[in-house]
Amino acid sequence: MGETRKIIVTVNGTRHEAEVEVRYLLADFLRHQLGLTGTHLGCEHGVCGACTILFDGRSARSCLMLAVQANGHEILTVEGIAPGPDKMHPLQEAFRDNHGLQCGFCTPGMLTTLIEFLRDNPDPTEQEVRVAISGNLCRCTGYQGIVAAALDAAKRLQAAKRG
Amino acid sequence: MPPPGPGEYRGRIEDPPLLRGTAQFVDDIRLPGMLHAAFVRSPLGHAAIRAVDAAAARALAGVHAVLTRADLRPHLLSEFLAVGLPSPSYKQEVDRPALAGDDVAHVGEPVAIVVAESRYLAEDAAALVEVDYEELPAVADCRAALKPGAPRVHRNGPHNLVAEFDMGYGDVAAAFAGAAHVFHESIWQHRGGSHSIECRGDVAVYDPLEDRLTLWSSTQAPHAAMRALGAMLGRDENRLRVVTPDVGGGFGPKLVFYPEDVATSVAALILRRPVKWIEDRREHFTATTQERDQFWEVEIAVDGAGRILGLRGALIHDHGAYTARGVNVPYGAAQTVTLPYVVPAYRLEVKLALTNKVPVTPVRGAGQPQGAFVMERLLDRVARELGIDRAELRRRNLVPPERMPYATPLKTRGGIPVVLDSGDYPKCQLAVLDRAQWDSFPARQNAARAKGRYIGIGLANFVEGTGRGPFEPVTVRIGPSGKIHVYSGAAAMGQSTKTMLADLVAEQLGGDRANVTVTTGDSAAISLGIGGFNSRQAVMAGSSAHVAALKVREKALMVAGHLLEAAAEDLEIAGAEIRVKGAPTMRISLAQIAIALAGAPGFMLPGGAAPGLEATEHFVVDAMTYANGTAVAEVEIDIETGAVAIKRFVMAHDCGRALDRTIVDGQIIGGVAHGIGNALYEWMGFDDNCQPVTATFAEYLLITAPEMPQIELVHQESPTPLNPLGVKGVGESGVIPAAAAIVSAIEDALAPFGAHIAQTPIRPAEILALIEAGRRRHADSL
Repeated sequence: MGETRKIIVTVNGTRHEAEVEVRYLLADFLRHQLGLTGTHLGCEHGVCGACTILFDGRSARSCLMLAVQANGHEILTVEGIAPGPDKMHPLQEAFRDNHGLQCGFCTPGMLTTLIEFLRDNPDPTEQEVRVAISGNLCRCTGYQGIVAAALDAAKRLQAAKRG
Repeated sequence: MPPPGPGEYRGRIEDPPLLRGTAQFVDDIRLPGMLHAAFVRSPLGHAAIRAVDAAAARALAGVHAVLTRADLRPHLLSEFLAVGLPSPSYKQEVDRPALAGDDVAHVGEPVAIVVAESRYLAEDAAALVEVDYEELPAVADCRAALKPGAPRVHRNGPHNLVAEFDMGYGDVAAAFAGAAHVFHESIWQHRGGSHSIECRGDVAVYDPLEDRLTLWSSTQAPHAAMRALGAMLGRDENRLRVVTPDVGGGFGPKLVFYPEDVATSVAALILRRPVKWIEDRREHFTATTQERDQFWEVEIAVDGAGRILGLRGALIHDHGAYTARGVNVPYGAAQTVTLPYVVPAYRLEVKLALTNKVPVTPVRGAGQPQGAFVMERLLDRVARELGIDRAELRRRNLVPPERMPYATPLKTRGGIPVVLDSGDYPKCQLAVLDRAQWDSFPARQNAARAKGRYIGIGLANFVEGTGRGPFEPVTVRIGPSGKIHVYSGAAAMGQSTKTMLADLVAEQLGGDRANVTVTTGDSAAISLGIGGFNSRQAVMAGSSAHVAALKVREKALMVAGHLLEAAAEDLEIAGAEIRVKGAPTMRISLAQIAIALAGAPGFMLPGGAAPGLEATEHFVVDAMTYANGTAVAEVEIDIETGAVAIKRFVMAHDCGRALDRTIVDGQIIGGVAHGIGNALYEWMGFDDNCQPVTATFAEYLLITAPEMPQIELVHQESPTPLNPLGVKGVGESGVIPAAAAIVSAIEDALAPFGAHIAQTPIRPAEILALIEAGRRRHADSL
């Protein structure tokens, strides 16, 4: 084991203190040290977007960051999106209802990317959604179900806000 | 809300864990004491290995083993992966070694496996393994490979021709001799990798208690992997299990059995520790099989009205350095060319050439897109030369519905006659033309050109062989819990296979999908299995599930009738119980029936039934069922940059009965996306020394959401008579006509420049060259 450092990081609302190798990727830390394997690695060079997490609320590639960089920061991964074990987030429900996933491997990155996007763009056009997920590769769906899910989720989130 | 009707979307049972991040892909498996593997791989296209020095690597703290071919040898009955499908056409055997021996034949070929406490350490150690290579000449071009005097791909091989066959029928010479017109095309087609977003991966676990090796593998064909591994290791099937966890996409190459699967397994046997190997994307580019180059020389003979009289030509196919699957990609390509049309005489000479590149095996479509592309390019040429509308020309040649079933003289690679079983091809084409407003396009195109915009429209027909047999077994078993368990040799990797099986079984057994569990891809769960490829799972496993569920239903009703003293026809299954229609208090649960059929010592089984509430069905069908469709693409070209925008893509398709229209749509749209990539973006490049030059997603382009048009689908349903569900496969339909339709549209858009395109992919620089050439011709003619 090479040089290590202690980090304190909040993941999905839970505070973790951990000793990590300084070269350890953030994605590997989340997956293998914390056991949050919902964050997926598809290319490890920052193109496919499967490893996207929210880092202090902004989308980031966990394959292009070191775990030590997360010290003192807050992270949201796919495991933290649903409000509880019995209820999914409206975006997750929209993915399910619009066949927005097939193999599901890119899905965690799509969800985190869209959580940020819909937060900042609550009423997007189809083209805006397409651009928003242009940094996320999907090989199964041709993106159509994902785009439909995102637009549907925007409606659901708006409706929820109106109460 | 009313319950969904037949064919309506009910959501998928696969989705909740995938959406919550709790699914279990192979890299998500964590076991106590697990070690991690990395591979030392050839950096050269062709080289002799003079020596391997692993001393420094072995000395690194945390490294448990560095294994070369010599280290694997004592554990293997065979050191080669003999997995090629049979064919009489082979000219030589080129099986992959478990690890390289005296030489390497492509960049990425595994030379040694390093096992360490972490993947980080394993990669550190792999970099310390010194391999002394003597570089040898590499063969990059499959045409050059077959020329006399070409360097050999394997220095000890006899030549570079790996297989050769002719396909065809009829009197081709007479057809061409009597033709009003003959047109020739030279076509280059390239397809790249599968690029499932999840790469490959293995976790091998040896359990000394049961003397059993379990390989968790991201594979499309676990039973085939189990057989191949058993043969190489000399382990019988009781001491070997291959399981597929959740799989993040397959698209073909994951049906292949790989050297890494063997090496990881042997490492676990030697070290008596679980060993995990997860492929990274760089490895996926250089060590996972792919499709690549095909060079076609073809000509078509037609009469004065454009009716096809004959088609002939030759195909040279880049096979890569080894046989990892067989001759099926070029075979499928050759067999697909003529299918939608009446072609009285056909002959294609096919040669498979070795090159110093990663082996070629099927990628979604498996040669069929190339076959369709050739036919559609030839038809566009005929239409242009004879001044006939491209759609009208096709209409004159499509197999007419009154000739269904239409027995072609062709045979599949398994020797089974190719009989187009059902469908109305002209109606399908007409449906898509109407939807795409084909007839009014010339007016729109003229208006656009007047404004300096270059738009074009193109179409392509296809017929896809689906549901390759002979079978895919399904066991339906109701246990003492009353749960309905479904086990299949099918392999799920994103096509909703578990949902499909659950719904087909639930349809016969109470209608409650939540009462059904589905196990796929586990060699220990069912003795036989073929796997997930060739658009076969709904056809083969679906049919087996349907029949098995019917048998269980019949037995459950019979026993329930006996126990309730009612006639079976007066009973119904609702949820997890069987009740007398109109007398809901007279009922018995499926669990009670299962328990009764599990037997009690010394007592007779109820109603004289056979033991157990279960049935296993191997629905066997040799003939493939043929799906069909027509795609129309509309494009706009930016003549300053050469960029192609797909403005519209409409596809009519007929996959027989659609079990779930939403899932069918998803399969087709995903296939179209892949086909657009093949038309415009995807190119797996190598230099003259066979060094890959596109080994990242920055260089090798996959389509992203903004380039992707909204796909419009038109559904036709001609149920096949070949299976009880009437279904045809659909997993590859979208990809087959896409490139042909798009290139047709690009050529149409660039008609003012006289552009002629006979290749895929066609990229911006090549489009600009076509425009420039057209301008020069125009200038020269002034």
